[in-house]
Amino acid sequence: MDDKALDALIDAGSAIYGFDIEPEWRAAIRMHLTISLGHAATVLAADVGDHVDPAPVFRA
Amino acid sequence: MSAWSSATEIAAGVNAGTVSASAVIDAALARIARLNPRLNAFTSVLADRARARAALGPTGPLAGVPFAVKNLIDVAGVTTVAGSKINRAYPPAADDAPLVRRLEAAGAILVGALNMGEYAYDFTGENAHDGNCRNPHDLRRMAGGSSSGSGSAVGAGLVPLALGSDTNGSIRVPASFCGLFGLKPTYGRLSRAGSFPFVSSLDHLGPLARSVADLAVAFDAMQGFDPADPVCVDRPAAPLAGLVDGGVSGLRIASLGGYFRAGASADALAAVDAVAAALGVSRSVEIADAGVARAAAYIITTSEGAALHLPRLRSRPGDFDADVRDRLLAGALVPAAAVTQAQKFRRLYQARVMALFETCDALLAPATPCVAPLIGEKTFVLDGVEMPVRPNIGLYTQPLSFIGLPVVAVPVATASGLPIGVQVIAPPWREDVALRIARALEVSGTARVLTPDLEA
Repeated sequence: MDDKALDALIDAGSAIYGFDIEPEWRAAIRMHLTISLGHAATVLAADVGDHVDPAPVFRA
Repeated sequence: MSAWSSATEIAAGVNAGTVSASAVIDAALARIARLNPRLNAFTSVLADRARARAALGPTGPLAGVPFAVKNLIDVAGVTTVAGSKINRAYPPAADDAPLVRRLEAAGAILVGALNMGEYAYDFTGENAHDGNCRNPHDLRRMAGGSSSGSGSAVGAGLVPLALGSDTNGSIRVPASFCGLFGLKPTYGRLSRAGSFPFVSSLDHLGPLARSVADLAVAFDAMQGFDPADPVCVDRPAAPLAGLVDGGVSGLRIASLGGYFRAGASADALAAVDAVAAALGVSRSVEIADAGVARAAAYIITTSEGAALHLPRLRSRPGDFDADVRDRLLAGALVPAAAVTQAQKFRRLYQARVMALFETCDALLAPATPCVAPLIGEKTFVLDGVEMPVRPNIGLYTQPLSFIGLPVVAVPVATASGLPIGVQVIAPPWREDVALRIARALEVSGTARVLTPDLEA
């Protein structure tokens, strides 16, 4: 994602959550978001099939 | 007794009456007062409490042993700040955490609470509020985090034993940088009740010490089911202090290759190779998709951490350590589908690693990719790529805590004189295997704790 797309995500997320982000924080947030979305893409590319339960299964 | 006496030596002396608990505590408090201003390991020193307890004449396997806890662990009458500014406004803890109570029931004496990276989202030991915690082997360098004070205090001889927490490596990283033995137990083994959480899916508590016997005795004192922690597994305690000298004969041990060597510095590779050689290990195995496991741990951490701190991110973002806040704000924006997928992958990956343990009893890997960086360093080069320091120190620890494996970090001296850690990894609930191997390395001198001269 380029900076414009990252900024759009940061702005949308901030509106949803009610974050008040100072302009000088944005570059670092962009950097961490790039890292996190890279890891998310790695995870989403893994084939886990349809029948695997997530690790924290709740037991009533 | 000296500042470098082990917990078991102190307890033996106190139980035999050759030294009093009060004398041990007075000496520890004096050393803390003298050296802590240079190390910044302690955030609270509980001199009155410690002296009062020592005067009661404690007995037990940890009689008179001074210990301290990362300041996310509850101490009665002390606010559990978890390395933050924001939590300073919270009321003091009403009670000691169960692990503190259990250590004291074994005779140990709490002397204080320790510096840490804010809200445990840290591998460096840098802290904007309490100041940077310093490495006793080189005060210019990071102690490692997030259990920075735990590593610094034990490594400097201020206490022989400390408790830390480990979500992605926060016991093993400071153990590596400060040259200590550190035990991250099996997920669900030790109660986390009375600790400020970070990522419930991955949080563990455990000890750091300067000897394997001390880890084992402390671990035994803390074992046991606790219904106050829903993750704590109801299984019998398995005392192992008497087992650590069992040797390694018959154990099938392998080094982890592939992912666990890529990016490692020459120091890290030399240390793990020295450990393998000392154990007579020639076999190397790989864990498929360890990189995906690391990515999944990263995603679970940043999203659960962000969810935990959302109210504080909304109301007081300016009061966070900027390095932590900016990662948490980014974490809140990770797609939920990735988090669920990460938890599914966790189950698949666990099955894959358990299959590996059918032919191996233990595995070896570096604890950190390099020795302690200088405080303030923001980037380092791994595998020829410049990367940010803070998110990447846990490269080799994250794929293991991700599935809750017990790991002992053992200290190895590098050519530069700085220590670095090697992870000894065992199957779930087999802390005894990891500690036996660590003890064999300690006996052979391959793993050893360096004692810095801080009085100069």
